[in-house]
Formats: sequence, C-alpha cells, structure tokens
Amino acid sequence: MALLDIQRVTRRFGDFTAIDDVSLAIEAGEFFTLLGPSGCGKTTLLRMIAGFDLPDAGRILLNGKDLADTPPERRPVRTVFQSYALFPHMTVEGNVAFPLEMARVPASERKARIEGALEDVRLQGFNKRYPHELSGGQRQRVAIARALVTHPAMLLLDEPLAALDAKLREDLSIELINLQKEVGIAFVYVTHDQSEALALSHRIAVMNRGRVEQLDEPSKIYGFPRTAFVADFIGHCNLFGGPVANRANDVVTVDVADLGPVRVGVAAGIANAAKGTVAIRPEKIRIAASAPEGTPDNHFRGTVEDLLYMGDVTVYRVSTPGGAKVEALLANSQSGRAKFFEVGDAVEMSWPVGAGHFIPE
Amino acid sequence: MASSSQCRLARWVVGGPPLLYLVVFFLIPTLIMVLASFRTPGEFGGLAPIVDETGRLDLNVDSYVRFVTEPVFASVFVKSAWYALLTTLFCLLLAYPLATLIAKSAKRYRDLLLLLVILPFWSNFLIRIYAWMIILGPNAALAKFVNGALALVGAGPVPLLFSGFAVLVCLVYVHLPFMVLPLYANLEKHDQALLDAAQDLGANAWQRFWRITFPLSLPGVYAGAALVFIPALGIFAIPDILGGPDDTLIGNLIKQQFLETRDWPFGSVLSIVLTIAALVLAGIAAWVGRRGTGVRA
Repeated sequence: MALLDIQRVTRRFGDFTAIDDVSLAIEAGEFFTLLGPSGCGKTTLLRMIAGFDLPDAGRILLNGKDLADTPPERRPVRTVFQSYALFPHMTVEGNVAFPLEMARVPASERKARIEGALEDVRLQGFNKRYPHELSGGQRQRVAIARALVTHPAMLLLDEPLAALDAKLREDLSIELINLQKEVGIAFVYVTHDQSEALALSHRIAVMNRGRVEQLDEPSKIYGFPRTAFVADFIGHCNLFGGPVANRANDVVTVDVADLGPVRVGVAAGIANAAKGTVAIRPEKIRIAASAPEGTPDNHFRGTVEDLLYMGDVTVYRVSTPGGAKVEALLANSQSGRAKFFEVGDAVEMSWPVGAGHFIPE
Repeated sequence: MASSSQCRLARWVVGGPPLLYLVVFFLIPTLIMVLASFRTPGEFGGLAPIVDETGRLDLNVDSYVRFVTEPVFASVFVKSAWYALLTTLFCLLLAYPLATLIAKSAKRYRDLLLLLVILPFWSNFLIRIYAWMIILGPNAALAKFVNGALALVGAGPVPLLFSGFAVLVCLVYVHLPFMVLPLYANLEKHDQALLDAAQDLGANAWQRFWRITFPLSLPGVYAGAALVFIPALGIFAIPDILGGPDDTLIGNLIKQQFLETRDWPFGSVLSIVLTIAALVLAGIAAWVGRRGTGVRA
C-alpha cells in the first residue's frame, strides 16, 4: 500500500478546473516532485494534501485512511511554505519548539528533539537568533527543522528554493537530497523549475492544466517524454510534427512540412500512428561546418540565425531553407576561440535515428 | 559641501514651522504653567503680582505642599486612573473583534467600515455626550428595561444617568475609535501564511490566536492603549455632564481650580502632575512596545 494515495481528485474554482481527475500514489521514503508551470494545479494539490483545501471529488488516503474529515492541524504531514512563514516573534528555538508544544511533547524531551532537528539542518548554535537575524538559506533550514521535528509521515515543500539565489539554490539542493536520505521521510516537492526537479527527485509528476501528463523517473521524463508538452517543458526540445510517411521495423519517418522527412527510432511495441511528433534535444544534434561523413539517418543544411552564448555552451538557432527553426547546442570546447560559429554561418546538422524520440498523436 | 548644506536647509524649511508651532503653543504655555505653580493665588482669583509690596520675588511651593498633604487630591488621581484603566480594558475588548472583522473583510468593504468607525467624529463631542443623556435618561427605553428586569428579581430601581456607569459607558464610547484604528492598522498587515503554518504545525484556532495573532498585535494594543488611557485620564466634560457627585475626576478638579475656585497656582500643580503621569505612562508603553516586539523584522 502506498503511503499517500490520491484517487481521482478533482478541484474546481468556479469555471476553472484546477485539478482534473488526478490519481497518483506516493511511496514511503520517496522524493516525489510535482512539476509544472504556474497555474498547473501543483500548489492546489499540495494544499489539499496538507488540508488547507478540499477536493470536490475523489479521495486522498494517507496510510489507507481517508483524510477528508481531518483538519490540517491533525494531519501527520508538515509543510515548508514558500515564504517559510517563520514566526517573527519567536527565536529559532521557539519556532522549532512550537510543533512539539502543540503535540504536548513533555518539556524534558523537547530540548533533545530541538537539538536533533537543528543538527539535521546544520543550524546548531542558532537557537537564540530571531528569524530577522538569519539569511534566506538559514531561514529555510529553520522552516525545514520546524517541519521535521515531530517526525511527520510526509513533508510537503512548496517551491522552497524559489526565493534564493542560484548558487545557494544549488548548495541547498544537495543538502535537501542528503537530508531526505538521512531522515527517510517522504518529501513531496512542488516546483516549476525543471532542473531542480530532475536533480532532486526519485519520481516526477509533470502537471499541466490540472492533469498529470507524465509520472516517471527523471531520466525517463527527460529522455522519453510521453507528450509534446513534457518534451517542451523539460529542458529545451525541438519538436517536429507531421504525418507518418513510412514505418519500417522500428524506424518511423515523419514528414515535417518545413523541414523534410525526419527519421526516428521507436520502441518495437508502439502502435502504429498516422501522425506524430519527433522530439530531439538540442545537445543531441551534431552541428558542423562540413558535411558529415557517410550517410547519416538525418541530415539538414541551414544558416545560423541567432545564437545564445552561455559561457560553457552556445545555443545556435539554425533556419533551414524550408523555414524550419532548429535549436542545436554545442559545448564551447575549441581552444583559442569563444565559440564555433557566428550568425550567418552555413552549417550542417545531423543526428542518428536513436537521438530522437517519437511521440505518437 | 553644497549638498549637505542644502540638506540642512531643507530640514529647517520642513521642520521649522512645526517646531515653531510646538514652541509657541506647547512649550511656552507649559513653562508659564510651571512658573504659575510656584506663585501665590491672587485675592480675587488669578495670580498675585510676582513681586510683592516689599519688592521681593514671590515664589513658593505652597501649592505643592497642599497637593501632597491633603490626601483627597491623590485619591482623585487614583480614581481617574482607575476609570481610565477600565475604559482602556473595555475599549480593547470591544475593539479587538471589531478591528479583526474589518481587517478580515473584503477589501471593498474595508474603507466603508473604517468610515463608520470614524463617523462619530463628524459631529460635535458635546452633542454626542448629551445624546447619551437621552439614551441613559430615566424615561428612555434602556432605563425602563434595566429597572423592569431588576424589579423582577426584587431589586430597587437604579439611576443609569449621573452615575459612574454613565461616565464609563461614555468614556468607552468616545475613545473606541482610538483603539480600533491602531489595532486595525496592525492586524491588517498580518501574514496569513503564519496562521497556515501554525495550523499545519498542529495549532488549533485558540492556540493560533494566543500564540501568533495576539503577540504580533501587541504593538497595536500598546498604541491603542496609550491613545485611550492618556486622554481618558484627563477628561472633564464627560464626568461633568453624565457623572454623579462622586464622579469628580482629575480633569474636573483642574477645571474647578481655574474656573470656579480660581486658584491658578494649585490648578497648575494638578496639571503638571497629570502631564508627568501621562508622560511616564507613554514612556512605559513605548518601552514595553519596543521590548516586546522589537523582533519584528
């Protein structure tokens, strides 16, 4: 039995359906991420797990027990709010002690529990500080310590890194992974940042318009997006749609209007489809000044129209004679030059059938 | 440096007029009052000449001695403080739910509700006190209802008007907006996320109020308490109009000294004591307010 079982949950706000018949199960000890653009329903779902919102239809079960009649204060789940919501009139210790006091943990036991929680988040010695005396990262740690101190069944994190700068975000991501491993509590993590989701999670549910588009491990989500939305939302992706012109064994040829025929490998079991989209990541495209040797599976010529120099890599936007725009990414690995091509350069692009991914319609 | 001298000039242009106003209409009168408290009352009221017939400067502490040695005056002070304290407490009890209601109501109703709170200021203070004479009068519905209810349990009729009760009711009525407004200003800023977090961490509604909302509202409570207590301490019109013979408060006493007894030096002494008491209380309120809630970022 799953730790948390969300069964056919729907939530509407007036005419707007925030959550549309969503079912998913979260296992004990799992780092589970709800990923999606703003307005996709991920925060609504989190609030329903916490108890601040109730489903219009469907059930949410924790350890097999329906939570519908349990108010937030009696649910064994804790939330780390986006703003951290630390109590400004209490010290770090007071904040962490708060849930223990609410749970009537004897005073003699509290001290050790508080120290333990602060140790988990590496904030020993900050007991007497007030929230306004802490940095953003430290506040976030207090919020996590406060949520973990009562050993809840599940920790809900609502974009906890969104308010921090990039470098700190990276450090805290690693700490979050370690912390989750250490305490073994299921984390349900809400974010709109796909790289955060890929780096942190055991499993990701990609949400769009109140539905789960795909629920999978990070590598599967990135490598084998099941819908065009997922392919486009997770990282950058070239999407070439069109009718299926030919299927030979496990290679499909899609007739892309402004590009030409694109060949892509498919899994043997996949059903025949009349239409579909080929998704190919920019880094999987070989881009060079001269034509590739031999006969590659896919080969197109084009001109660099725009480029985005990112330091370690450069993203080239290449337009083909047919008018298609292809994004290709190349590491700036050549010594002596900042990047390989300039705007206006003629380039040759190629990729094998295995580089792309076919999404049937 | 030009910019720093310009800055200084700007400070004088902006700060000068109010400073001048305070000096002319507050500081100088206070000093005149302090001086008057050391002078001798005139034979027919007012003040005796500051230089007597023998050409000596006539300054003494007789009025202060009188205040200290006659306990009746201190007891009037205690009574005034008691009324002011009760007024503050009742105002707080009434204003807290009201301010909460306004702060929690939809934005488009808030201005209207605030307008209703300050609406009484649009009519004259004395007229509003006289209105209470009618409301509390012996022939009004309220008195009839109360005395009817008392008769049922065999108790005799009580006058509502010209009593400590009438004074207190009107004190609370008059000062209520001064408690509501600072409380509202504070409660309106409260972050709902803190209450959500408290609930998430296991606090029920009662615990959320006492552990989160109330402690965070203390600056508003202190501000409101100071704004109610200090004016209530010195008020004289309400006990004059609605009070009985026993309801002489310090404000009435001061007024009597100037207008009836015409003992200006003693009236000045009472005023100085009242001013010092108010200053001390305001100081304490500010100090407690800063200490208790200075942690608010």
